[in-house]
Amino acid sequence: MVTERRTETRGRLQFRFRGREVALTRFSPRATVLDWLREDALAKGTKEGCGEGDCGACTVVLARLRGGRLRYDAVNACILLLGQIDGAELITIEDLADGDALHPVQRAMVDQHGSQCGFCTPGVVMSLFAAYHSGVPATPASLNDQLAGNLCRCTGYRPIVAAGLSTCDGAPADRYARTGEERAAALEALADGRDLFVGDEARFFAAPASLEALAALTARFPDAILVAGATDVGLWITKQLRDLGRILWLGRVAGLDAVGEAADGALALGAGVTLLDAAPHLAALHPDLGELMRRFGSAQVRASGTVGGNIANGSPIGDLAPALIALEGRVVLRKGTETRRLPLEEFFIGYGKQDRAPGEFVLAVEAPRLREGQSYRAFKISKRLDEDISAVMLAARLDLKGRRVAAARIACGGMAATPKRAANAERALIGASLDAPETWRAALDALASDFAPLTDMRATAAYRMTAARNILWKTLVEIAGAGAPTRVGALHAAE
Amino acid sequence: MPQSDAFEAAPTAVVHKALPHDSARLHVRGSATYVDDIREPEGTLHVAVGMATAAAGVLTSLDLSAVKAAPGVVAVLTAADVPGKNDIAPVFADEPLLVEGEVMFHGQAVFAVVARTRDAARRAARLGQMAIEARQPSVAIADALVTGARVQDDYAFGRGDAKAAIAAAPHRLEGAFAIGGQEHFYLEGQVSLAVPGEGDEMTVYASSQDPTETQHIVARVLGVPDAFVTVETRRMGGGFGGKESQACTWAALAALAARVTGRPCKVRLDRDDDFALTGKRHDFRADWRVGYDDKGVIAGYDVMLNARCGCSADLSPGVVDRAMFHAGNGYWLPDVAIGTRRLKTDTVSNTAFRGFGGPQGMIAIERVMDAVARERGLDPLDVRKANLLRAGCDRTPYGQAVEDFDTQRAMIEELEETSAYRARRARIKAFNATSPWLKRGLALTPLMFGISFTLIPLNQAGALVHVYSDGSIHLNHGGTEMGQGLFTKVAQIVAEEFGVPISFVRVTATSTAKVPNASPTAASSGTDLNGMAAQIAAAEIKGRMAAFAAAQWGVPVETVEFRDAHAASGNHRMAFSALAKACRLARVQLSCASHYKTPEIHWDRAKATGRPFFYFAYGAACAEVAIDTLTGEMRVLRADLLHDVGSSINPALDIGQVEGGFIQGMGWLTTEELVYDAKGRLTTHAPATYKIPVASDVPPIFNTRLHTRANPTASVYRSKAVGEPPLMLAISVYSAILDAVHATSPQGQPRLEAPCTPESILNAIRSLDGAA
Repeated sequence: MVTERRTETRGRLQFRFRGREVALTRFSPRATVLDWLREDALAKGTKEGCGEGDCGACTVVLARLRGGRLRYDAVNACILLLGQIDGAELITIEDLADGDALHPVQRAMVDQHGSQCGFCTPGVVMSLFAAYHSGVPATPASLNDQLAGNLCRCTGYRPIVAAGLSTCDGAPADRYARTGEERAAALEALADGRDLFVGDEARFFAAPASLEALAALTARFPDAILVAGATDVGLWITKQLRDLGRILWLGRVAGLDAVGEAADGALALGAGVTLLDAAPHLAALHPDLGELMRRFGSAQVRASGTVGGNIANGSPIGDLAPALIALEGRVVLRKGTETRRLPLEEFFIGYGKQDRAPGEFVLAVEAPRLREGQSYRAFKISKRLDEDISAVMLAARLDLKGRRVAAARIACGGMAATPKRAANAERALIGASLDAPETWRAALDALASDFAPLTDMRATAAYRMTAARNILWKTLVEIAGAGAPTRVGALHAAE
Repeated sequence: MPQSDAFEAAPTAVVHKALPHDSARLHVRGSATYVDDIREPEGTLHVAVGMATAAAGVLTSLDLSAVKAAPGVVAVLTAADVPGKNDIAPVFADEPLLVEGEVMFHGQAVFAVVARTRDAARRAARLGQMAIEARQPSVAIADALVTGARVQDDYAFGRGDAKAAIAAAPHRLEGAFAIGGQEHFYLEGQVSLAVPGEGDEMTVYASSQDPTETQHIVARVLGVPDAFVTVETRRMGGGFGGKESQACTWAALAALAARVTGRPCKVRLDRDDDFALTGKRHDFRADWRVGYDDKGVIAGYDVMLNARCGCSADLSPGVVDRAMFHAGNGYWLPDVAIGTRRLKTDTVSNTAFRGFGGPQGMIAIERVMDAVARERGLDPLDVRKANLLRAGCDRTPYGQAVEDFDTQRAMIEELEETSAYRARRARIKAFNATSPWLKRGLALTPLMFGISFTLIPLNQAGALVHVYSDGSIHLNHGGTEMGQGLFTKVAQIVAEEFGVPISFVRVTATSTAKVPNASPTAASSGTDLNGMAAQIAAAEIKGRMAAFAAAQWGVPVETVEFRDAHAASGNHRMAFSALAKACRLARVQLSCASHYKTPEIHWDRAKATGRPFFYFAYGAACAEVAIDTLTGEMRVLRADLLHDVGSSINPALDIGQVEGGFIQGMGWLTTEELVYDAKGRLTTHAPATYKIPVASDVPPIFNTRLHTRANPTASVYRSKAVGEPPLMLAISVYSAILDAVHATSPQGQPRLEAPCTPESILNAIRSLDGAA
């Protein structure tokens, strides 16, 4: 997307909508795409169901250039800041039909009786539209994933999935497929590589195009809110009603979304890499990480949320942190021209507090690959399998010498004020034999000295502790390789 | 009872067809208009609620100066601004629109802000300073059993002497279990737009299942006669019972703001506020005792249903009564005692929710069936079958004779075959014997649901049909569309009556100005009542048109037929549209307002006798689950549903109700957990923390079939009501989880509380191994 970098700053937001270019020189930095659609554009087809990115009634699609090609991502308009659609094509439910002719996914939704009350339907259709343009044939599993962020309270989903299966064959043949090249060219023309700054010093939406520009802006406005995907910051606006005056959006920073390798061969994920783009790389490290990423938020959240945002946010229940801490993951921070690297667990100082100085930002996250003799497991427990927040998360990496544990790294989420290592359990596990379950008990018991979890709406303290023990047990059972099934998700109904 | 198994359906052209929902094309284009999508009249203001900061106590001071000074604020409303009665209660006068002295639950509306934008109103609402002399709130059922507070007197009915029968039985068991509540989570939150007219007139566009009650309450709050208030509802983005009484509050608040400011005013609750401010399904605790013989045949059943009603009666009297009516499900209980406590707590007032108490009463007896089977070492299905209503043992605990009980047994046996229950039972047993960490469970449960409002006066409906001179038909009735397809079904009925395609029929928004004194669209009765009323109106107009045609053609009126968009008799034939035009020129009235009331039903609550239900709908479901005994995680692997819809008016819509009801019920019993803290605050107040099913929760094998034997009772086109009953098919999931928990230990009765979250399941397992 970076062509040649020009120096002058652009003072207007620009995106494509209804076949035209929209340019806005004045808008509130905290305006959301949904507000703009419903209140300014008077386009009422996109609905607000929850205002926090969990129900998907507000799902719209952003067509964006990725590697020179258009990619169609479903996103939640209710927590997407208007400024974040700079350079994108915004596609909403009103765009799909061609006059009286319904789009194939709309037609299929009618034929399959996929709508009842109809309120979730625009969002569902837009998610199916994204699946239609995904380039791969849909399966029941892929549609379940695509739709995990679209709550429907009426149908029970079966007809919606059927509508997707009957249309999303990986070979789109709609108006969008036919006009792909010209629309890609229109977006190419918007990709000017310039810094974006709309507003004045008191209230602005800024989107620097380079790391240097970002570093300069963070130094100049250390109190500005750094926004990556806004999947959490959006709620500060819609729920806490905070008046965010200065917003620095990271989505245009060239290179921040790079995926590469650190000097030691570790996977290096730029802070701006979306959870969607990070998923296959993490899955390559271990299948449990792939499953964790599949269950991470929803398709809409994964298309917006970023690796850096999930870490920098510092949530005690963010799923990436424990998974990567167990892998000996690192965070790379930058302030001005200075860069530093620290073990991921040291980044989390206390509840809501991270080792990040004013003006400093997360540059990348690094995840070492598993070496010979290392085993890894990651488990997440939540009330609902998909699109839920962990009650307990536990990840462990064991270094094995033969059938004995030589070293262990165990990290938990939801068990303390921060993602945290189970130092006592790690020590207690050293020397344990995979063939002697009685040697595992000390580590299980040690968890009680590592954590004093809380009771909240997701689980009681007692459950969290029991579940953490049992997951560690399960980790050892699996690595020991006894053979009996341990994954409830892998079972099929009896015949 | 006008019943006949010999009833045979006549051939139809529109009814009994799987037509799409009348708004389907609008839904998928985003062009179906919900209240918040109506183009706002000029000068529309927005209302936000100032919410109580404690759950119980007395409001001692309220400082709204910062609210009034906030940007964009036009007015701030308190109870003192209510010109009529500050009372939004549907049954008893026990709940105010805005707090007046006593605070009844955390978040209750204390004041309201009217501002130029919704954002401005919401921000200003947070600036109110209130002092509440708080007391320790009573939050849970256990709290209410200590305080003894009730919203209504305890009530019981039964037959014989249950205690003696239990004492005399060869075997006895007793237990208690908790059944969680449920948030409706209609995707469209509560919303109303009030537009003041001239004088005292007020028009309210409300997302309401009960426009008539909404009209009453708006009029009561404004202090004007009902005739000055018009309430209109085109559609809701989901209701499920949550917009029956609960929608009235927001319509009244919008109307109050419109009255005070003289401008159109809209209330649209934020989702978190909707959770805090509106009632939910009642959570229950069932305390039960049962006596039975060696084969698990029940001799006596004694149950106390403790229902948490919340801070006011709302619709709880009917909800808890219905729990009692379904406490026996479709079983013969020779001696039975069903008691209830209608508990008052300092929490939001619980309300109607699909099933209306029935599911809670039903799951209790199903839990008992599983307990009896476990103790006897019998297959739970065999115990269920041994206890079904049967010849000579065909009366419910409240004395109504059930005439088509054979339908229930036939459906259970059919599902037993088609789900391969016995073979899978054997395979599951073998799996569990060799799987230490994961266990499977299987269950097949029946349901029998009574159809009619148990409040007899509600069993009536009105319709208004016009035929215009071009032959197009305007259809209006008192029922509301919330996604269930009522408008489609009633349009099918009217089209069938006139012998025209459904495209001739235009269904219009429900309005208190068109059909007055309507009942709520509830109790699964929408089609039964409104379909009948509309059919009567259409038949009346058709009769006039036929008489006119017969006179013109000189043929007997009974020879005139309406089909294929024509009227015909012998060689005479005329397009329906031409006949309509000719009737108008001949001064034949082409409009009819009609009325229907359900025959034969009666109920004497004081004596607990009568026939509260016109008929029963049946269903059966077989669910298979797997649980992780280390974490309590659970997956539903397969579900087979068989549901009785009579002669379905629209099989596609009915399958939608059955599947959707099952998944919603599954959510109620598995992932959907309402958690209140000790201060009475709901801590699961948004979809981030309150988890309704998503697509991946749907069983990977999910078979649904309709049982379509004609209703022996004379319902509209011999169909059966379908809105609520399928929700109770999900009791099979609870029962299957219980079966899987049983597999972790050879004996013992686990405590498995609903909803069956991972924590609940792990607790149940630990309650068996004594490790808890």
